[in-house]
Amino acid sequence: MPVSTRQFDIRKQPGFTLIAVACFLLLYLPIILLVVYSFNAGKSIAIWEGFSLQWYESAWQNKAIQDAAIRSLILACCASAIATVAAVMAALATTRTAAFKGSSFVFAIINQPLMVPEIVTAVALLLFFAIIKVATGYTGMWYLIIAHSAFCIPFAYMPIRARLQGMDFSLEQAGADLYGKPSRVFWRITFPQLWPGILAGAMLAFVISLDDVVITEFVKSAGQDTLPTYMLGQLRRIVTPEVNAISTVLLGISVLLVAGFFFLSKIRK
Amino acid sequence: MIEISNITQTFGKGRDAFTALRDVSLTIRENEFFTLLGPSGCGKTTLLRSIAGFVYPTAGTIKLQGEDLLTLPPYSRPVNTVFQSYALFPHMTVAQNIAFGLEMLNQPGAQVKSSVNEMLALVQMTDMADRKTSQISGGQQQRVALARALAPKPKVLLLDEPLSALDFKLRKEMQIELKRLQTETGITFVFVTHDQEEALTMSDRIAVMNEGRILQIDAPRAIYDHPAERFVADFIGETNFLEVDVLSVEADDATIKLTSGATTTARRADTNSATGQATIAVRPEHATLSDDASALLRGTLEDVIYSGTDTHYHIRLQDNCRFVVRKQNHPGTMEAHTVGHQAGVFFDRGVAQILRD
Repeated sequence: MPVSTRQFDIRKQPGFTLIAVACFLLLYLPIILLVVYSFNAGKSIAIWEGFSLQWYESAWQNKAIQDAAIRSLILACCASAIATVAAVMAALATTRTAAFKGSSFVFAIINQPLMVPEIVTAVALLLFFAIIKVATGYTGMWYLIIAHSAFCIPFAYMPIRARLQGMDFSLEQAGADLYGKPSRVFWRITFPQLWPGILAGAMLAFVISLDDVVITEFVKSAGQDTLPTYMLGQLRRIVTPEVNAISTVLLGISVLLVAGFFFLSKIRK
Repeated sequence: MIEISNITQTFGKGRDAFTALRDVSLTIRENEFFTLLGPSGCGKTTLLRSIAGFVYPTAGTIKLQGEDLLTLPPYSRPVNTVFQSYALFPHMTVAQNIAFGLEMLNQPGAQVKSSVNEMLALVQMTDMADRKTSQISGGQQQRVALARALAPKPKVLLLDEPLSALDFKLRKEMQIELKRLQTETGITFVFVTHDQEEALTMSDRIAVMNEGRILQIDAPRAIYDHPAERFVADFIGETNFLEVDVLSVEADDATIKLTSGATTTARRADTNSATGQATIAVRPEHATLSDDASALLRGTLEDVIYSGTDTHYHIRLQDNCRFVVRKQNHPGTMEAHTVGHQAGVFFDRGVAQILRD
């Protein structure tokens, strides 16, 4: 029998397997059930009555869901694009400049949305936008886009900053040394190596925006339901497996994006 | 060519402040292979980087052919750098790397192409033009880094310890290669190294630095034979230090009395030095073992160490100092010096160098 060369192996600790299995069950069993019941032929979300795609069909044909889905996608695209551009600039500023006084404070400020309870941000945005709405009369999508962009920045910022930190700064210095002005050095030297980080950041921001309930619920004007807020609204009435079907599609998108994110962060520097 | 005047460089503020350069002034001549030599942390790389524009001196001026460099951003300075890490662009081929500087200068495509080919030939990398930089060896990366920096025909080439990552044999080859490139291109090279042998081999002149100051600037031979300060003598090669009494001075020379009572002539590092107590430096190979009455110092032979080309004789002097004599080995001339026996040391007049305090 081979003797383990490891001094300490967590897998050999008593109860490890039990705890691990329990954790995974708690995490994934509800999701598996959600997916399974999205194919339920009956109206119940708890009693299985046979396989059917009817809830996908009805969700697909539901005008309210169509509107909410399109709104969600537009919002997520705009917000992740804006957040990513801001995050790239923030990441460059915090990794490619000489250490300056208060740089750790700036770092904290950028990541503030991760720390402040979302409900606080939501209420603050509600009150803030209410003032602007009164002053301007504008009730369009931009409130949501701005709000989503703001809280997506730290999520986009993290992978971009991580990749920048792993890149050799002397490459950009070499670019400058070889007569490259800053913008040309960015596009010729920095960007070709940074893009997996940028794309990963954008995808993370996209998922976060697509998924948001709390801030959207507080900021949206009448008739501006996104998919998550639509589903929340449905739960207050009759719950049908239609909600399961939408959730499953969202889950599919998230899994794809997360898989993409994982793949991108593995790309060789 | 390059005039560096009173450069001071301080990093950080308050209690964390660190002064990397202290009032450094020097002039680098046209077509010169100039080396900044010193231990790590002596400020040599900081000085190089302030010429390139990556650090901005706290005080002082740097002029290139009369033009103030400090008012120019790095991308406008007519100097190029060979980085210690080479800093080759990993997403480009060898040829694309070399073309980069020329493209940034907006040279027409045909001209870029012919310059790249010329540079590839110069560093003997023509066959590798389309390889990615990760697909070539360290020595080849070194050549590409050189070609890339030389391609825009800079007025000055700055080299930041470019050979330190190479193994011993390759380093020796590249030393000769670098010297050849410098002669062929006629470009002024400013070379940073902590390797004294590298500095002595390649340089026209060497500036020895320590703790942010320049201690001595001279040709390699003058630095080696006539070190001005104890640090220089100690850092470059091996040296015996002796406490002596300076009896009289005239021009470049001085009459000194050794602790043994013998007198001889020594060179003075600076003509201001006065009579009295002083330290002299004597290179081990400049001294010989002597058994007759001419010996300047006497002591006991403690160790005989054979090292291939030379043999080192360690002698404990009467005043308890240690003195090393190095003698080149010749076949069949193993000398009968026995450890524990009395030995005398002799060196010629003018060989000893009086060091600045």
